[in-house]
Amino acid sequence: MNAAPDSAVDVRAVSKRFGALAAVDQMSFSVRQGEIFGLVGPDGAGKTTSMRMLASVMRPDTGGILIDGVDVLADPELAKQHVSYMPQRFGLYEDLTVDENIRFYADLFEVPDKVWRERALRLLAASGMTPFGKRLAGQLSGGMKQKLGLTCALVHAPRVLLLDEPTTGVDPVSRREFWQILYALRAEGVSMVISTAYLDEAERCDRLALLHQGRIMYCDTPRKLKQGMPGAIILVTSAQPRPLLEVVQGIDGVEGVLLVGDGIHIHVDDAECRLPQLAQAIAASGQTAGGIRQIEPTVEDLFVALLERRQQTP
Amino acid sequence: MKIRRIVAIGRKETLQVLRDPRSLTIALLLPLMQMFMLGYGVNLDVKHIPLCVLDQEGNQRSQDLLKRFAASRYFDLYKVAASIAEVRHEIDGGACRIAIVVPAGFSRKLVDQGAATVQLLVDGTDSNTATIAAAYAGSVVAAYSGEVQLQAIQRRGGQIQTLTPVAVQARVWFNEDLESSYFIIPGVVALVMAIVGAQLTSLTIAREWERGTMELMVSTPVTPMELMLGKLSPYFVLGLVDAGICLALAVGWFEVPFHGTLPTLFFTTSLFLSVVLCIGYYVSVSIRSQVGASQVALILTMLPTTLLSGFSFPIDQMPALVQDITYLVSARYYVTILKAIFLKGATVSELAVPIFSLTAYAIVLVVLAARAFRKTLD
Ligand SMILES: Nc1ncnc2c1ncn2[C@@H]1O[C@H](COP(=O)(O)OP(=O)(O)OP(=O)(O)O)[C@@H](O)[C@H]1O
Ligand SMILES: [Mg+2]
Repeated sequence: MNAAPDSAVDVRAVSKRFGALAAVDQMSFSVRQGEIFGLVGPDGAGKTTSMRMLASVMRPDTGGILIDGVDVLADPELAKQHVSYMPQRFGLYEDLTVDENIRFYADLFEVPDKVWRERALRLLAASGMTPFGKRLAGQLSGGMKQKLGLTCALVHAPRVLLLDEPTTGVDPVSRREFWQILYALRAEGVSMVISTAYLDEAERCDRLALLHQGRIMYCDTPRKLKQGMPGAIILVTSAQPRPLLEVVQGIDGVEGVLLVGDGIHIHVDDAECRLPQLAQAIAASGQTAGGIRQIEPTVEDLFVALLERRQQTP
Repeated sequence: MKIRRIVAIGRKETLQVLRDPRSLTIALLLPLMQMFMLGYGVNLDVKHIPLCVLDQEGNQRSQDLLKRFAASRYFDLYKVAASIAEVRHEIDGGACRIAIVVPAGFSRKLVDQGAATVQLLVDGTDSNTATIAAAYAGSVVAAYSGEVQLQAIQRRGGQIQTLTPVAVQARVWFNEDLESSYFIIPGVVALVMAIVGAQLTSLTIAREWERGTMELMVSTPVTPMELMLGKLSPYFVLGLVDAGICLALAVGWFEVPFHGTLPTLFFTTSLFLSVVLCIGYYVSVSIRSQVGASQVALILTMLPTTLLSGFSFPIDQMPALVQDITYLVSARYYVTILKAIFLKGATVSELAVPIFSLTAYAIVLVVLAARAFRKTLD
């Protein structure tokens, strides 16, 4: 297999079945050096299965994977030297302290003593974990656990970082810190594949693959994906958005409605002509609405729109 | 193979063992409890053994001897038989565990020749009870014998002569080479070590699968051999402590004479420990659940050791095919070694054959167990 010279990860037509279920189906993508690549999809889309194959802890049925130029199927152990994998489920030892966990992974990757100690100090400081070195990992909060996982994953300075839903169950502050670390890594040339079920988070990635039932439906930058979406999104803000759902559903030109924190997103075929119609319908229904305007679609809108279209044209 | 990784895994595993006081307590108390349970199980103080008597003589002297049996707290007179066939019936049927036969002419021999014989028949199916019953019977006869001797001496005007007027001629049915508890306790040590050793390691891999830590572990460059050696090292130390407990109890509590040397004992025990730890590890690798692994490890060590190591059933009395199978039971070699070290003070060179067998066994198991581990989630 020949890789494009600058690609850190190269996935070619990879498939994995569990019995009759195709968990990953003919997946292909490549990640450039220093790029954050997002695998986005709902539960059961095949994110973890893909990550496991990239981390060479699971073998694909067919297809090939190159990581940093190393053929993962031919020499998984060599590939593992350059990769760090953070599983979805917390994989560190809860009965070991933060420091002991870090040391364990530094030892497994044979990082020189001085190097990893210095690196660990820096990483712990960056994630605000310095005071917790002696605390048992099992006694950390969810966010701190994930930051410890990231620290352990980074202690041997991997060239490719695989993160499976790293921010699930993490508070917004920790999540922001987490992403700051990732951006700093990107600046150092580390390539990352990160899976997430949060679409707002997906927008932070350089490129995205939308995964559904084991298949990549679209793969592009968040911006291009949004531009390529047919129609437009109209936001109706409301303190009580739920009743609005029924009001707008079934109106001509409305292709889908999505409940968000502060209102609803309405996917319409044409914003200019539908916006007044919607405003009128909402006013007629007697529901309170704060405002109504067209917005840039989010990845979430996009995903919902894509799934709708797929369901309409099987 | 990288020493640093082995040490790292060993350290991690040690910390986990030390921070889990419950498992640690079990690891140290289990051998203690099992030594007592199994040690006494095969070495119980036997009382009220059902006794059958056959008095072919039928006079004052023979009645005198038999009364002593009936009066002893060790025996309960169950049946006074009229013929040897009846004795056989009682023993075969299991109603009586021991029979004493006073042959015709007993008194005359005692008077004329100064010595006579009584016959003792012991049901040897339960060799432990049989040993003890035979020993008790021997002591009853010895006491009687002593009195007869004393009377004879008194009759002859106080001259002291060393005579043993009545000798017990014990013949054990079903278990001809009856083994004493001295022989059994070393077997118990082997059994306890096999069970405890395999238990110690049976959870180590399964636990990591269950807790979800294995997925991260297999994504690192660690090799299966490094993982195994690292994981076994703390349990090897713990196993040696357990072995120390068992062996100390064997000598200190069960009073088995120890004629060997400690280095020989240490060396052979380390070998056997390696084997049983590997068995536990192999099971742990193959079965990814802790409960399942623990149970399989228990069965895999306890059954063959109990049945086929020669500790409770003599190997040379087994069918040929079963005898061949016993060569596959590692405890067989350790039982042989322990008995020889304890009772005969055997040296390493005298034990070359079983030590070689055990070494070969350990090497094969180390390789098999390390290779059984697959660095994959499939
Ligand atoms: N080891 C396995 N054996 C059988 N089926 C599996 C196995 N692992 C995953 N699956 C199935 O494959 C599909 C994809 O699972 P996967 O865990 O990759 O999804 P995911 O995108 O990570 O989902 P989630 O958001 O829940 O983590 C699911 O239907 C799942 O049930
Ligand atoms: Mg998943």
